[in-house]
Amino acid sequence: MQVIAQRPKSLTDLNFTYCPGCTHGISHRLIAEAVDELGMRNIMMGVAPVGCSVFAYKFFNFDMAEAAHGRAPAVATGMKRARPNMHVFTYQGDGDLAAIGTSEIIHAANRGEKISVFFVNNAIYGMTGGQMAPTTLPGMKTSTSPYGRDEKDIGYPITACELLNTLRAPYYIERVSLLSPQDILKAKKAVLKAMTYNKENRGFTFVEFVSTCPTNWGMTPLDAQKWAKENMYPFFPVKLFRDKGVEGGE
Amino acid sequence: MGEKVLMKGNEAVAEAAIRAGCRHYFAYPITPQSELIEYMSRMMPKAGGTFLQAESELAAVNMVYGAAGCGKRAMTSSSSPGISLKMEGISYMAGAELPAVVVNVQRGGPGLGDIQPSQGDYFQATKGGGHGDYKLIVLAPNSVQEFADMADLAFELADKYRNPVMILSDGLLGQMMEPVEFKPHKTEKEMEQLDKQHFDWCMHHNQDEPNHHHHEVNSLEIDPKVLEKHVIKLGEKYEKIKANEVRYEEYKVTDDCEYLIVAFGTAARIAKSAIDELNEEGVKIGLIRPITVWPYPYEAIAKALTPSVKKILVTELNLGQMIEDVKLAVEGKVPVEFLGKVGGILFTPQEIKDKIKGMQGETCK
Ligand SMILES: Cc1ncc(C[n+]2csc(CCOP(=O)(O)OP(=O)(O)O)c2C)c(N)n1
Ligand code: SF4
Repeated sequence: MQVIAQRPKSLTDLNFTYCPGCTHGISHRLIAEAVDELGMRNIMMGVAPVGCSVFAYKFFNFDMAEAAHGRAPAVATGMKRARPNMHVFTYQGDGDLAAIGTSEIIHAANRGEKISVFFVNNAIYGMTGGQMAPTTLPGMKTSTSPYGRDEKDIGYPITACELLNTLRAPYYIERVSLLSPQDILKAKKAVLKAMTYNKENRGFTFVEFVSTCPTNWGMTPLDAQKWAKENMYPFFPVKLFRDKGVEGGE
Repeated sequence: MGEKVLMKGNEAVAEAAIRAGCRHYFAYPITPQSELIEYMSRMMPKAGGTFLQAESELAAVNMVYGAAGCGKRAMTSSSSPGISLKMEGISYMAGAELPAVVVNVQRGGPGLGDIQPSQGDYFQATKGGGHGDYKLIVLAPNSVQEFADMADLAFELADKYRNPVMILSDGLLGQMMEPVEFKPHKTEKEMEQLDKQHFDWCMHHNQDEPNHHHHEVNSLEIDPKVLEKHVIKLGEKYEKIKANEVRYEEYKVTDDCEYLIVAFGTAARIAKSAIDELNEEGVKIGLIRPITVWPYPYEAIAKALTPSVKKILVTELNLGQMIEDVKLAVEGKVPVEFLGKVGGILFTPQEIKDKIKGMQGETCK
């Protein structure tokens, strides 16, 4: 018998607590597979955020810290500085990273901390029940923007990759999406690249996943994918922003 | 022990922390603690450790969370407004049971206040400050030597109980110079032992099955039954700390004292001068100085309440905070009076003497 697909060793046996069709499960799996493939499970540590993925510390099968809301990059900085021979990533939602944690992410990136940051952008606060996020699209209705996000009042969505790309230190920045099987394959490559650079201690690596939250968007998973392609791509184009690992990638 | 050197309190505690094996220090500048962060920026790299000037106190304390979660002796320092920002991380470290040291070189408040010495953060340090049911071990020095000695003590207690420890100092102790004698540096072997001491729970290098570990540094317990257990366990730990770690100094306390002063830190220092002069003038008066302000020496105060004690005076550099603990210890047996100074202004020994003289007058009436 030949095993074609099995649970990555870097995931524990626990079942995910995510809603059916949620992309958090996919991004977890991509990270776990990369850690396995690069043989990093024994030198890996991760930081879970506050958000729907708050239990990520239970799901990844190596040492994990659970950070206060938005502080994952600071916690990861402490971890990497404390154990420089180990490798660290954070996993953060858009409320966590682009609202309450803007200071921590910008400064970790600016220092060129040798960590990987995986950023799940689903344009909404999932865990607390669908409130407006810094990435919520103009006109998009949420439980705290019941008349639609009014960009004249509250501003436009924050684009994390573009923002971080203004800094000199980051080594690798890419936005990928999880909206189709082909997209997921490309996302896998990006995660592998970030983790490879992480393993080689090259510098700060950042991968954004354009994701969905079918539950709080009030859509089926398939409709959510379609909606995201039509509405999120214009603001959050899938793009390689920077790759210092290849010539001219800067 | 080496020879004595003349140093500022802020620098002495930094040097002592390095000697105690602290190799990870994260902080943000603020007066009157900046000599501490500046000393660390010079000396930590020489000790082969991490000095990092963080983007904020929030970030600094969360970096400490990460380093302490890796089992390392990690420290941060600040002054009052910055300590307010650190309260988030302190609560998380208490919840996750992380050993770490936080130094507060207190200044006047509330708000931005001023940059002069104060004891206005007593409540914040000893009664919570951050959210949730937790306790900080809080050490209050009253000299540069004691400030330095407390770095080692703070790390020992933090490691022993897996709990954050605060050194509650103030702008005067931070900035004044006094001769100080340091303990020797940790040996290489001691550093190795320190590094391994938390391997059963901290984040560190891993192995394959069957020795693979999955350690979680975490304060979240979403199931109320599990959180209940966790908080009760924390409570039991705090009871153990109360039973074993109360520290205080008695100064000129005798069986026939008529008056007692209770004061900590800089206020106690000034009280000592007043007591020396009052003793010479024939007033029977002594001082009880809490060294741990949590756990608090309630019993020591109760025990010092001999039948001869007529009144107690509490002196603090605030509007009256520790006095509540003194009243708990005294249980209404004798009147407890208060002398405070705020705004970063110190009282003089003479003011304490005048207050005691006034109390004597009232007693005689
Ligand atoms: C200091 C603090 N503020 C607010 C919260 C409440 N809270 C929990 S999750 C969350 C939003 C998370 O949204 P996001 O980062 O987008 O992640 P998602 O749930 O969508 O995956 C908020 C506001 C908290 N736990 N801590
Ligand atoms: S609420 Fe949204 S983000 Fe959270 S698990 Fe459900 S679908 Fe996923």
